[in-house]
Amino acid sequence: MSDPKTREKDEKDKYDLPFFGIPKMKPLLKKYRKELFWILFTIIIFTASDLATAVLQRYALNRFVGTGTLDGLGIFIFLYLLDIGIFAVSGYCNTKICLATEVSMDRDMRNAAFSHLQELSFDYYNQNSVGYIHARVMSDTSRIGETLTWNLGDTCFFLLEIIGSIGVMFYYNARLTGMILIIVPVISAFYALFQGKLFDLNKQVREINSKITGNFNEGITGAKTVKSLVIEEKIGADFEKETSNMFKKSMENARLKGVFNAVTGLATSAAVAIVLWQGGIIAREEVGTFSMFMYYAKNLMEPVSILVESLALFIMGKVNIGRYTKLIEAVPNVKDCAEVIEKYGNCFDPKKENWEPIRGDIEFENVDFMYPDGEENVLENFSLKIPFGTNLAIVGETGAGKSTLVNLICRFFEPTRGRILIDGIDSRQRSQLWLHSALGYVLQSPHLFSGTVRENLLYGNPNASEEDIAEAIKTVSAESVIEKLEKGLDTDVGEGGDLLSTGEKQLISFARAILADPKILVLDEATASVDTITEQKIQSAIDKIIKGRTSLVIAHRLSTIKNADLILVVSDGKIVEQGKHDELLARKGYYYKLWTRQYEDEATSAVWAKEE
Amino acid sequence: MDTKNKDKKINNKENYRLLWRFMDGSKHLFLLSILMSALVSLADMITPQIISIAVDNCIMGLEPKLPAWAISLADRFGGFAYLGEHLWILAVALIIIAAFRSIGQYFTGVFNNRASETLVKTMRDRLFRHIERLPFSWHMKNHTGDIIQRCTSDVDKVRAFVSEQLTNVIRIVVLIVFSLFFMFRMHVGLTLIAVALIPVTLAFALTFGKKMHKGFEVCDETEGQVSAMVQENLTGVRVVRAFAKERYERDRFEKKNEEYTKLWVDMGKTLATYFSTQDIISLSQVLLVLIFGCIFCVQGKITAGNLLAFISYNGTLSWPIRRLGRMLVEMSKADVSIGRIAYIMNSPAEADDPKALEPPVDREIVFDHINFAYENCPEILHDVSFTIEPGSTLGILGGTGSGKSTLMLLLDKMYDLPQGSGTITIGGVDIRDIRTEYLRSNISMVLQEPFLFSRSISDNIGISDSGITLEEIREAAKAACLDESVTGFPKGYDTFVGERGVTLSGGQKQRAAIARALTKAAPIMIFDDSLSAVDTETDAKIRDALSSRFGKATTVLISHRLTTLAKADKVIVLDNGRLVEMGTPAELKTAGGIYQKIYEIQAGISGKEADNE
Repeated sequence: MSDPKTREKDEKDKYDLPFFGIPKMKPLLKKYRKELFWILFTIIIFTASDLATAVLQRYALNRFVGTGTLDGLGIFIFLYLLDIGIFAVSGYCNTKICLATEVSMDRDMRNAAFSHLQELSFDYYNQNSVGYIHARVMSDTSRIGETLTWNLGDTCFFLLEIIGSIGVMFYYNARLTGMILIIVPVISAFYALFQGKLFDLNKQVREINSKITGNFNEGITGAKTVKSLVIEEKIGADFEKETSNMFKKSMENARLKGVFNAVTGLATSAAVAIVLWQGGIIAREEVGTFSMFMYYAKNLMEPVSILVESLALFIMGKVNIGRYTKLIEAVPNVKDCAEVIEKYGNCFDPKKENWEPIRGDIEFENVDFMYPDGEENVLENFSLKIPFGTNLAIVGETGAGKSTLVNLICRFFEPTRGRILIDGIDSRQRSQLWLHSALGYVLQSPHLFSGTVRENLLYGNPNASEEDIAEAIKTVSAESVIEKLEKGLDTDVGEGGDLLSTGEKQLISFARAILADPKILVLDEATASVDTITEQKIQSAIDKIIKGRTSLVIAHRLSTIKNADLILVVSDGKIVEQGKHDELLARKGYYYKLWTRQYEDEATSAVWAKEE
Repeated sequence: MDTKNKDKKINNKENYRLLWRFMDGSKHLFLLSILMSALVSLADMITPQIISIAVDNCIMGLEPKLPAWAISLADRFGGFAYLGEHLWILAVALIIIAAFRSIGQYFTGVFNNRASETLVKTMRDRLFRHIERLPFSWHMKNHTGDIIQRCTSDVDKVRAFVSEQLTNVIRIVVLIVFSLFFMFRMHVGLTLIAVALIPVTLAFALTFGKKMHKGFEVCDETEGQVSAMVQENLTGVRVVRAFAKERYERDRFEKKNEEYTKLWVDMGKTLATYFSTQDIISLSQVLLVLIFGCIFCVQGKITAGNLLAFISYNGTLSWPIRRLGRMLVEMSKADVSIGRIAYIMNSPAEADDPKALEPPVDREIVFDHINFAYENCPEILHDVSFTIEPGSTLGILGGTGSGKSTLMLLLDKMYDLPQGSGTITIGGVDIRDIRTEYLRSNISMVLQEPFLFSRSISDNIGISDSGITLEEIREAAKAACLDESVTGFPKGYDTFVGERGVTLSGGQKQRAAIARALTKAAPIMIFDDSLSAVDTETDAKIRDALSSRFGKATTVLISHRLTTLAKADKVIVLDNGRLVEMGTPAELKTAGGIYQKIYEIQAGISGKEADNE
């Protein structure tokens, strides 16, 4: 019955770890061992001063009420106030340290995950969705931090509370304590038995909940379709089925929880009843001792139930640790070797002084390539020289595998056999950053970062001057875009640049690439429909920016294709034809077909453009 | 200023009225839950009384100062002295009360959950159904993410407001009233001392709570920024790598992350201060009761048993009162959420006149002098008039933004054509007078970018007909040239759309949408550029299948491929919202207009292609 999507995800996250996965967190625990010590220390003091209030109360009742004098009331008040002070201070310290440790752990884990993600290869990104990775970085880390601090503290607190109360009671009256303790194992067994079931239900409720959110999403994004098919009723009924399911599961959950609470209440009263029955007689001599037993008996069962819950949280935390560890331990597919890092630095600390300047010659030498999750070679013994300044176009249908060559040249993936030479040197003998620094990449769906237009333009070259920026904007004819913005270059573009239109984003991303002035430029031409004027601007911008560089264009536009120095035609992941435009046309093969279709589309839209 | 406030108040009143309506079916459950919890509180009050009596009268042997019924009840069990000898009887009494209490507690929980789940279900169901019935223009105006947030987290906040905050506040007030009652009966002075600090706790919780609330907001906001940064880095990973900005990204992230961490560390101090101050206040209260209790006890103003009961009540009260302050702060947030939900529920849904007509639709469709503009946009259709003969096929040719899809959305009543902007009639009846659902169920529209539901392929194709068989689904898929691709999937027709590993291509999605339309067999068929992602040969095959199946249906084809439009009985050419050409394909081919230009380009290419083959 369960959704195939979630089932697959569960499989993927299955990652068996001993001891709730806590050994995996050793470095973190080691780093914060001082804080953890203080958490435990303050918890002990806190628990002790909490338990002491009952002992003090016993003292007061026995001494004053029992004897009928008020001698020593001052000392009692002083002691009690002292205890309040200790309680408050230890509580204060505990909360503060716990929270600080929790968020520091979160910070460290997130930083580590984020750094690691910067090094992971693209196969990782291809295999895991952004949402999935995002959840690992944000929510798993926070759950782990919570488990290792608060949950640890809570567990200790309740454990100490139980042990402490029993100890104090035992000290004053062993027999009575023994009678009360009969209940504890019974109740613990009960809790342990049902906790698993409660867990399961909780998980199911969460799953249904996310399904309902999904249904809302579908109901909203698909509103047009729902209306035109007139299936409002059906969709509504299906939705209600899901919410009914939610209702059923939640009620199951509620009933079980109700039983839990009822049993805890009953057990508490049983303990109190035992104290009255077996210990009532104590009240005659020592009303304080009697009241202390009452107090402890009353406060014994709840910690037991919470303790079971805390233990359950540790078990839950195992899943989070597993997922996080999997991310941190993922090995990048493309890695610089030790000597290269030694000489050229890694991706965070480049040793730019050792970097040779890049000219921009690229060569494939007998390259075989298969994607890590693929089953067959998409390139076999492929050789190609792309001297500096070459304008290479790659054409083919959507999904035909046009990005493969780009992925290899950018070293987002490495050949399974053969070499890729940059300026005659195997690219594996240089650091990835060395290559990437000389690379410009303009995407089909332009990606801007939140921040101002200026910040985005400077992304690839923080040192560019105002004149450079103005020049770049002029080159791509984006002046009107900037003029239109309220604060000009200092306008915020919103998350992912969403405050700008696609065409505007495209132009800004071109200007960004020009400012970085890369030797090698990769361009994934947009197929998205933009208005005619923007279209023309983009076209002329492309013509300008590919000059004076080695450029690889995943091409959709006729002019780009036609003027290319070399065209590679890709179909079904493989290169089926290559050559210049005229040669390929003359061959009347696959390229010819693609070209004519493209021509038809473009010529047709050209007619409309002229009519405007 | 004043009127604004008044408006807000009226609005608030409206909003709470909406909430009241949402509580259909759960009001009595909430009430039951509160009543049950009152019983639990009562049980909580009785236990200390029994212990008090046990200590004072049974164990210590003091003269009972109790109501007559209590004394006679004790006498029935052998008198206080006997009970003192046989304390198990009182212990059993405690257990019996506890059993009732547990039952009460169980039902409190169950009723409360039933109530809150009913409330949530009602809210969700009504929201969903209302959203489906909101006009398409509303959907275009509002962001999906925002609506979803209103339907999920705002609903949760309202649920928490009613089922946790509101009911708990009532419960706590009941508890306070009960304990005051019992305490006053025992000793007025000590009662006043016991409750002396309640206002202090509340005042502290309220003022400090507001401060914390602000702190939490800042933390949440910053967390949002951290989260957005991760999101951006992940979606922009190619840009980051290609510009070699790993270091920059890491440093930027770590800075923001540090900022967030610092905020929480600061917040930790605030929280720690809050909690420990609350601890000090409640323990001081315990201490006060103890000191004065002891003094009164020594002075003989109160018995030992009563003092124990006082201590017990004091303990019972301290946690709920501490929570009360926080809850009152939280409650103030619910207003916003209710308002956000009300925004959806108060948006007017599509509604037909009860006298709306259901005329036959296999008649002549007339677009008569249509002018149309989307809200806040320039006019997109200017004075467009044309007629579609029943059973004929109309082709529409037009560039991007020429208004061709808008015409069809108007026909399907996705947008309402304002009075005075022309009329669309079917068989002489203005579509404004036709029942919307009736009209739509008689129009089958296939969109260029079709929407498929995350269900199996067979469910998607058969979605508009619940009684459909797999045979019929396959037949429709065959006609749409989809059967072959689907049977190629490992799970065939049970393949889940959107399932990992199986992605339907644009063309396959379009064909699935066509198959879905085919199961509906409506007298009016609209294909809005719905074969754009399908190659020419498949396009032709599908069109053949369609015409043999829907020979009699009135059909509208929107396309930029003239081969697709060639078989139309009539073609209209739209340019920038104006009808510029109209005629049979043969006429337009030589009319010297846009159609001819495009024809020449496309024919030229096809001609060349034909030469090669």
